[in-house]
Amino acid sequence: MSRLTIVLALILPGFLNAQNVLIKNGTILTVTKGVKENTDILVTNGKIARIEKNLSAPAGTSVIDAAGMFVMPGIIDAHSHIALDVVNEATNPVTAEVNVGDALDPLDVSIYRALAGGVTATHAMHGSANAVGGQCETIKLRYGTVNPDELRMEGAPRTIKFALGENPIRVHGEGNKIMPNTRMGVEQIFRNAFSEAQLYMKEWDDYKKGLRKSSPQYNLRSETMADILKGNIIIHCHSYRADEILMLMRVLKDYNVNRICFQHVNEGFKVAPELAAFGASASVFADWWAYKFEVYYSTAYNAAILTRNGVVTSINSDSEELIRHLYHEAAKTQRYGDLTDEEALALITINPAKQLGIDKRVGSIEVGKDADIAIFKGHPLSVYAVPQKTLVDGVVRFDINKDPDDIRIDINPNEKYSTFFETERNHENSGCLKGISEMLMQDSYAKFMRFKYSQNHTH
Amino acid sequence: MKHSYIYFSFFIFINTIFPTFGQQIKKAENGIFLLKNATLHTVSSGTFIGDILLKDGIIAEIGKSVNSPQNAKLIDCTGKHIYPGLIDSGSRLGLVEIDAVSVTNDFDEHGDFVPHMKALTAVNPNAVAIPVTRVNGVTTVFAKPDGGTFPGTGALIDLFGYSPEQMSCGSERVIMRFPSTGRRGRWDRRTDEDVKKDAEKALKNINDIWESAVQYMKIDSASKADNQKWYTNNPQMIALLPIVKGELPLFIEVNSKNDIESALEWVVDKKLKTVFTGVAEGWRVADKIAKANIPVITGPILNTPRRDNDRYDASYTNPAKMAKAGIKVALRTDNAENTRNLPFNAAFAAAYGMGIENALRAVTLTPAEIFGVADKYGSLDKGKVANLIVADGDPFETKTKIEKIFIRGWSIPMESRQTLLYDEFLQRTPGLK
Repeated sequence: MSRLTIVLALILPGFLNAQNVLIKNGTILTVTKGVKENTDILVTNGKIARIEKNLSAPAGTSVIDAAGMFVMPGIIDAHSHIALDVVNEATNPVTAEVNVGDALDPLDVSIYRALAGGVTATHAMHGSANAVGGQCETIKLRYGTVNPDELRMEGAPRTIKFALGENPIRVHGEGNKIMPNTRMGVEQIFRNAFSEAQLYMKEWDDYKKGLRKSSPQYNLRSETMADILKGNIIIHCHSYRADEILMLMRVLKDYNVNRICFQHVNEGFKVAPELAAFGASASVFADWWAYKFEVYYSTAYNAAILTRNGVVTSINSDSEELIRHLYHEAAKTQRYGDLTDEEALALITINPAKQLGIDKRVGSIEVGKDADIAIFKGHPLSVYAVPQKTLVDGVVRFDINKDPDDIRIDINPNEKYSTFFETERNHENSGCLKGISEMLMQDSYAKFMRFKYSQNHTH
Repeated sequence: MKHSYIYFSFFIFINTIFPTFGQQIKKAENGIFLLKNATLHTVSSGTFIGDILLKDGIIAEIGKSVNSPQNAKLIDCTGKHIYPGLIDSGSRLGLVEIDAVSVTNDFDEHGDFVPHMKALTAVNPNAVAIPVTRVNGVTTVFAKPDGGTFPGTGALIDLFGYSPEQMSCGSERVIMRFPSTGRRGRWDRRTDEDVKKDAEKALKNINDIWESAVQYMKIDSASKADNQKWYTNNPQMIALLPIVKGELPLFIEVNSKNDIESALEWVVDKKLKTVFTGVAEGWRVADKIAKANIPVITGPILNTPRRDNDRYDASYTNPAKMAKAGIKVALRTDNAENTRNLPFNAAFAAAYGMGIENALRAVTLTPAEIFGVADKYGSLDKGKVANLIVADGDPFETKTKIEKIFIRGWSIPMESRQTLLYDEFLQRTPGLK
């Protein structure tokens, strides 16, 4: 307790005082408006106020010398599970009613490590255990706060996690002996959930029109599905294979839903023309593949093929490791597919912002936008680039020159060093099946799941 | 019978006149190659502009100007950079096809004491990930078993060939995983007491094994000295013989500070030649490792810090800190399908204190020395195996294009399933209609 207080005392004053900042003489990679050499950025009250040469600092403005440095928009990760206590409500193939925003963890050290890689916002996602998973939360990396609510990016559109393929099949079909046990079953889970929501909407409609006397029973799951049908929630769907991507687009077309970003989408390159025609976007790994069968036929050229076919594409991490060097992951599209600097940078800035519906606020360096900014020594697409400072709303949240040991909150003050972890080799331990893969390893899991499921139905 | 012969002849005939039916598979090309006017990064003796002649699988000549023998294929490399092929000092490449499909995993045999399991036996020369890896400039890897305390014997292999014999670099090493006091993950909820007990039990286990191995060696030597035939069926002990005799180093996987310190004591006690692998917290005890004169294979560099209160760059800076303390450091990915990211792991080590030159050595000449093959691998020198890469720049830099690779003097096609998918789908035909 006392250690925590000391730590916070160290962190908070340093961070919270500077929302008026002048970043001097940097090479600004605006992403949307070209490259501006030797230019200054004036930040007022956490917003970008001016982008010009030779600005002088008004009173009460701190100055950052960025001469010889590269200044880019804060990196946005459209698929992340950091800053979350729990990830998977793996108790039913449809759990639209839950929200990871109820489980935010502002003390997760991964937030700081991500900041140290130039990341300023993430899409904190539900896992992929269920066909319809929970709602997700777009957060800003305001590390230093202890209030979970302060992580939320106020005004960001609502999003929800869907999942196709092996994960819902493994968890529910194989683990729980219920539908879905196949990709056919996955389709029907969606159709059923949407149809139920249509009926639910009609019941309420009838009630409001006076066509029925008693009100229908309020149901948060159906409310959420109805909000998707109304276009109020953006779907982010865990997906790999081309056939299942086409399947979901057919389902959405039938229910007149069009806001969707496919996540991972390792075989998106095979159906890039269909994705573009539908207006679906894609958020992919730079080069992860072969960790399971449905990603065996992958290619690191995925992002380039999707981009060239007109699909709004981003590169995400889904990992507390990769999130620390998304600038490098984006650069891989220059080895695999020859994207230009601007195209490559867009993959981790303005494009994920579009996919989350926050591109009016963040994702590029433009006057009026939030001052979410990353400063690099070396061009961020160079493998030798080293992040120097990261600002969220004009507040410096990472500074390579002010990186005291105590910035990493130690939860066990009795130990000189906190616990040592051997490498977690399996990517699923930190990614979409967080909290699930170890349960699947245990024989008792299936029994546990059946018990949970029967509980749900008896109540 | 006669009919089938006719059909067969017809089939051969058709295939002769229409050889391009189906996918045209590019094949590796052999011959005498003279690469002219390249910037040669020798690693062993500096960088200069010159020529390099590849013949019979080796570097036949290298110098400012090399005369062209008859039949040599001339390749103008003006403006290009040539480096030795990169060596990954620890990978599961070839031993696993798909992580989550257990029947394609061949690195983890049952049993805690199976040092006689040979990676070379299970390496699949046709693993899809092998071409994916080599087109990024990685020409050689140490394919290693993993799992129990003595999971087996790893093998240094070149990433071209159709049989273990064609791929083997002639260097195999027995691996031991030192008893760990770290946590296996956040789900590992053993009490501190239990962790300690487990480690003590495991240490007793390896001590017992070692005692047996020493006994075995004594009996074996004595019977050989007496010229007696000694009938034995103990492949585990046979696998350990060269280590007990001090002929080969034991590769010891060890990572946390406390475990490294315990391992150092153990090694001194047993008077062993060793190489430490993993060594995630080498930076905490770098002086001790340096003093013991034990080489280190570390990585992945692109890894999260192992403790929540570690500095954010602890994994990036570890190789530089160890190298500065005087430790001989080689790098590894400890990956399978993304072993292709070795150059980027090296680049992060370079950017965070090691410098490009030392990081390059850590994936070329240093591993060659650690594996006892520095006479054949790791640098551009006359007489060495012709493993090299031709690039339009620094092979660590992300956007650099690797344009050619040579493995054992063969010019390898610059394609993999991933590039073929790119060719097929960049502009898919038919498109939408």
